Amino acid sequence: MNGNTLLIQVILLVAVAVVTLLLTRSTAGARHQAIRRLGLVVFITAAVASILFPQGLSRIANAVGVGRGADLLLYALVIAFLSYISTSHRRMNRMSRQITALTRELTLAEARAADQGHGLTEEPEMPEDA
Amino acid sequence: MREPAGPAATALPDEDGARYPDDWLVVPLYNEASVIGEVVREARRTFPNVVCVDDGSTDGSGDAARAAGARVLTHATNLGQGASLQTGIRYACEQPGVRSVVTFDADGQHQVADARAMVDVIARGEAAIVFGSRFLDGRTRPGAVKRVVLTFAVWFTKQSTGMRLTDAHNGLRAVRVDAARQVHLTQDRMAHASEIVLQLGRTGLPWTEHPVHVLYTDYSRSKGQSVWNSVNILVDLLFK
Repeated sequence: MNGNTLLIQVILLVAVAVVTLLLTRSTAGARHQAIRRLGLVVFITAAVASILFPQGLSRIANAVGVGRGADLLLYALVIAFLSYISTSHRRMNRMSRQITALTRELTLAEARAADQGHGLTEEPEMPEDA
Repeated sequence: MREPAGPAATALPDEDGARYPDDWLVVPLYNEASVIGEVVREARRTFPNVVCVDDGSTDGSGDAARAAGARVLTHATNLGQGASLQTGIRYACEQPGVRSVVTFDADGQHQVADARAMVDVIARGEAAIVFGSRFLDGRTRPGAVKRVVLTFAVWFTKQSTGMRLTDAHNGLRAVRVDAARQVHLTQDRMAHASEIVLQLGRTGLPWTEHPVHVLYTDYSRSKGQSVWNSVNILVDLLFK
């Protein structure tokens, strides 16, 4: 192994560490969170192994019929990206439903308050026929 | 005299005597300032109770509707037509003495006379839910592309709800209040049209279709659903 290989290994390991830190800080439901964390451990292990033993990655790639280790990595990345899209899509949907519910309650609460303030004593302003 | 059903129940002199104070018009409103005033004024001659849900308009649509005598509810941010409908339906269902809720477009496509005839169907007890349909008579003439899209929508509605509607995406509907209370739209955007049919179908209450005339003016055409929009609707329905 020459110096160049070592340098890129260090850079990649640092990157993995940073991503790990960022990912472990998120929160969600207990079971979902546990599964995600286990997946994360597997991911980190695989990432570190592929950095330290690039030949190993290539061997796995060959074993499953992919030419190079880098190609295998790309495919894995595509899958990871797709799953990211689907989970974030679901999360966005849930969030927009929450926003809708909140906004609606606010709107209705405002309307009820206005109705109570106006309805009984005074007429609401209606410049219609003025 | 019964007490007024809401703040908008006052004003406006009787024109031809036929007024429907217990049937609330729900109008989703988003940036229609140039037409909404006239639409509301026209509607209120027959339906004194009009509730406009201003979906975060930026052109003063809410003020225009208010000036025309509508009860205006305001969404703090733009949520979409489905969300506006749901807000308006919930508000209307809370009003004392309400008999039915009529969903009505803000852009002037719908005819008040049609809405009135549909409410009459409910009043006579013939059905609890009345869907407007453009294709029960020959009055409405959509373009060729629109026709294809609408035909597909009809097929899709049949597949997903089992209801054989001739016009799945008509925004004019009259719904008796017990049925309206069972509507809980979660599709904020345009896909609500299929969702509301599905939920109304599940109430098990008797429904029917009523011929309506939809005016395709240049204005409504410029704001109307494009073919691209139907792709979005489909995706919204498939990937909830």
